[in-house]
This record gives sequence, structure tokens and C-alpha cells, in this order.
Amino acid sequence: MISQLFTDIGSLWAKYGTVYLTGIANTLILAVTATLIGCIIGFFCGILQTIPFGANEHIIKRVLLKLIRIVIRAYVELFRGTPMILQAVFIYYGMPYFFGVSFKDIWTVSIIVVSVNTGAYMAESVRGGIMSIDPGQFEGAKAIGMNHWQTMLYIVLPQTLRNIMPQIGNNYIINVKDTSVMFIIGFSDFFAVHKMVSGAVFKYFPSAFMEMGGYLCLTLLASFLLRRLEKRLAGKSNYELVNADQLVMTAGTYHYPKEAGSPFEEINKDYKGEKQ
Amino acid sequence: MSEHILEIRHLSKAFGSHAVLKDIDFTVDQGDVTTIIGASGSGKSTLLRCINLLETLTTGEILFHGQDVSKGRINSSAYRAKVGMVFQSFNLFSNLSVLANCMIGQQKVLRIPADEARKRALYYLNKVGMAPYINARPDQISGGQKQRVAIARALAMEPEVLLFDEPTSALDPEMVGEVLDVMKSLATKDNMTMLVVTHEMSFAKEVSTHVVYMADGVIEEEGDPAKIFTNPENQRTRDFLKRILNQ
Repeated sequence: MISQLFTDIGSLWAKYGTVYLTGIANTLILAVTATLIGCIIGFFCGILQTIPFGANEHIIKRVLLKLIRIVIRAYVELFRGTPMILQAVFIYYGMPYFFGVSFKDIWTVSIIVVSVNTGAYMAESVRGGIMSIDPGQFEGAKAIGMNHWQTMLYIVLPQTLRNIMPQIGNNYIINVKDTSVMFIIGFSDFFAVHKMVSGAVFKYFPSAFMEMGGYLCLTLLASFLLRRLEKRLAGKSNYELVNADQLVMTAGTYHYPKEAGSPFEEINKDYKGEKQ
Repeated sequence: MSEHILEIRHLSKAFGSHAVLKDIDFTVDQGDVTTIIGASGSGKSTLLRCINLLETLTTGEILFHGQDVSKGRINSSAYRAKVGMVFQSFNLFSNLSVLANCMIGQQKVLRIPADEARKRALYYLNKVGMAPYINARPDQISGGQKQRVAIARALAMEPEVLLFDEPTSALDPEMVGEVLDVMKSLATKDNMTMLVVTHEMSFAKEVSTHVVYMADGVIEEEGDPAKIFTNPENQRTRDFLKRILNQ
């Protein structure tokens, strides 16, 4: 009976409402932080992978760049090719074996695992995004003397970011849902709350129903916000003409180049005489 | 030794086994307006791209004020900042406004503070007649306007030489004039040193001080525009000019 379902949900909410809300908060914090860090990792890998090197570059530089590409490639393949749930287990339970240290803080491990996993996917998205930028943009930047980092930072990555925004949104939404596997190491996210509550009161379906609704709300909200962000990144569709003379006399305006003078001085090419 | 701004010595460029440029020699002096003419595929654009180090030379050297810039020993960014380039396809930064396009190089490469970079950018945008459009993005303005902004962007770096790679070839016919007018005024009024690859024979004839005719990767003939256009010595130059002027 539907009415029974809603009574059950009501009683669950009355008793465990704040627990569910804490779960949602934890899920959101983890997903947002890990997606942001993952993006930074992805962009960093993207820049490193696209440093150009020609045949007449110094041998050490060539070897080094080749090595960087191999390391990034290996990282991407490893973290893209294994389940995140196992990555969590490996890092959380593997650390004591390899380094003799164990993480006290579940948050740190969870953020590391999800970030590094997202970073592997983002590295490929960013690489694709950079490849889709018109080579003319690189040449234009090179021609005015910008180096690779400047070109990337000010010209290429802003355009890449706009192009891969849907991909970042994808990753964020995946993270909202997939952080649920972190229960394996004891992270108390939204899904972990379900396991805990339903285990205590044996109301599996009503709790799952709430979870479904909760996750859907989180992802729909994310989709909505991402669309808004995409629109903002696309910029205004119109522009204002500036008809007022931008070079109107204000102190210090006219010293470029010095010998050109202001339109009110005879040395200026636009000088039209005392009266027009 | 006389001080040339640019001196190209025995420059050769091959893509794989295909030799595009063969043993190119020429010089550019202060105030020269050199036009490079020739059929498509003769290596004109490649030569210009080599001079701006966008392509690596196979052999030869490029001397800038007597210093070899082609071997990677010097800072190529610093050299490129002194040699401006205007592309056939504009290559304006599509994520930046017209004003920001003209400021970014000054700020990041020349390390000029924002307010001064802005003044300088406005000065040059005004010169090319694009000052009203400072808030527009490159995809919102026409081809001729884009090319004028691209010229302003190059000028804002205050380069010693300006390279033009077929600046009007991608433009609609009615927009060619506005760009050529800007280039003409740069050459005649500002005495800018320019190296122009073009198919605009009227520009080559009237504005340039020196004409270079290229065919199949070699300089066939070079000299005074009056001489090249009225009385070329080389048979190939004669054929090329006859073909292009009588079309």
C-alpha cells in the first residue's frame, strides 16, 4: 500500500532525519571537493602531456617529457581501469603494509581516492579538449612571445574549460553517486546512512525510496547549476559599442608612444589645427 | 658590417623529403616594406613562418640584429615579441575581448602593468579604427575587423618588424580595402618595417619598397617594385605577373 510506504518514510524521517541530512552533506562535500581536485589534476596532466618537443630539442628535455607522458599514461590506465571500491581498499588497507602508516582520518583517504580517480578521467577529457582547440590559437600566442605555460593558462585552458564543461558535469554527477562505494572503508555518506538505518529498523524499501529521491534531487540540482554555469562561460551574446573616445584627454593617457603626442599637439598625425 | 634588422642566410626547409624552401638569402632593413609574391605553394608562407620560428629550419640561419636566433640558443619568446605576426586566419584569442586580445601579450610577455597596457592597446586599436569595439569578442565581429584587431594586437607589442602572412586572403572582397588601408598607413605614415606575403599586386606595386618573387622554394627575382612590375628580367617572373595581372 502506498499510504503505508509514506507512513514508514514519515517515521523514518522523524527518527533519523538529521542522520540522513548529515549523510547528504558528507556526500556533497566529498563529491564537490574530489571533483575540484580531480579537475586540477586533470588540467595539470593535460598541460604536461601537451608540452611540444621537436627533434632538435635537447636530449634531456626530450627524455624527460617522454617520461612524463609515460607516467601520466600509466596513471590514467591504472585508475580508469580498476574499480574505485578496490582503489579505496588498496589505499586504506595497503598503506600499513607498504609504508607502515595508516590513515586515522577517513575523510583524507576518501578525498584522495575519489580525487585521484576523477583526475584520471579528467586527464583524458582535458587532453581531448586541448586537442580540439584550433592550432591557430597556439600560434597566435606563440607569435606574440608567450611561452607554453602562458599560452595554456591564459588562452587554451579557458577555452578548453568551456568545451569540457559538460564532461566535468558528468564527472561530478558520477561522483555524487559513486562516492557511495566509500562505505567500504567506513565513510558515512548518504548511502552508508541507508545501510545503517535499514539495518537498525528493517525498513529496507522506504529507506531506499528516500535514497533514490535524495540522489535524484542532488543530481538534478547539479545539472541545473551546471547549465547555468555553461551559459555564463559562453559569455554575453551581444556587446556594447564604445562610441566615446577612449583616448579622451586624461592625465597620462598620451604617453604611448611618447613621440606621437596628443591630438592637440602638432606632432600628432591626427592633429587637425586650432579649429576644425 | 652593416646592421640589418633581419638577415636570412642559406635558409632551407624540408617537410620530410619535400624541399619547400631552397637556399633563401635576403635581408630586411629598417623601414623596408618588402612584399613576397609568387604562386601558391611556392613557399612564401613557410618562409614567413620560419622567420617567426613557427617552423624549425632544416639548414641556414636567421640573424636578428646580427644575432642568430634560429638555433634555439636564444630565448625565442623574447625574439617573437620583437617580431610581430599577422596571420591569414587572424588567430585572435576567442576567449578574450578585443581589448584583452591587445593587452594580454603586453601584460604577460612584456610585463607592462594593466593600466598602461590598456592605454597602449587603445592607442593602437584607435589607429586601426577598432576602438569602439573593445568589448566585443572575436566571433562577434567581421573578418576585416578581426584582421584590423590582429594588426593592433601585433602593434601593441611595439615590434621592430611586422610579418604579414596573406592578411587579406581569407577576407570577403569588400573587406580587403579596410585592411590594406591600415597596412598602407603603417607603411607610409609610421614607417613600419614590414614583410608582407600577399597576392594583392596593387599593394606590392604601390606601397612596397622591395619586391621578392618566389617560385618553387627559391627567390627567382627581387628588387625595386617599379623594375619588377614594369621590366622583370626573369622569364618566370614575367609569366607570373602576366598571368596574375591580366586575370
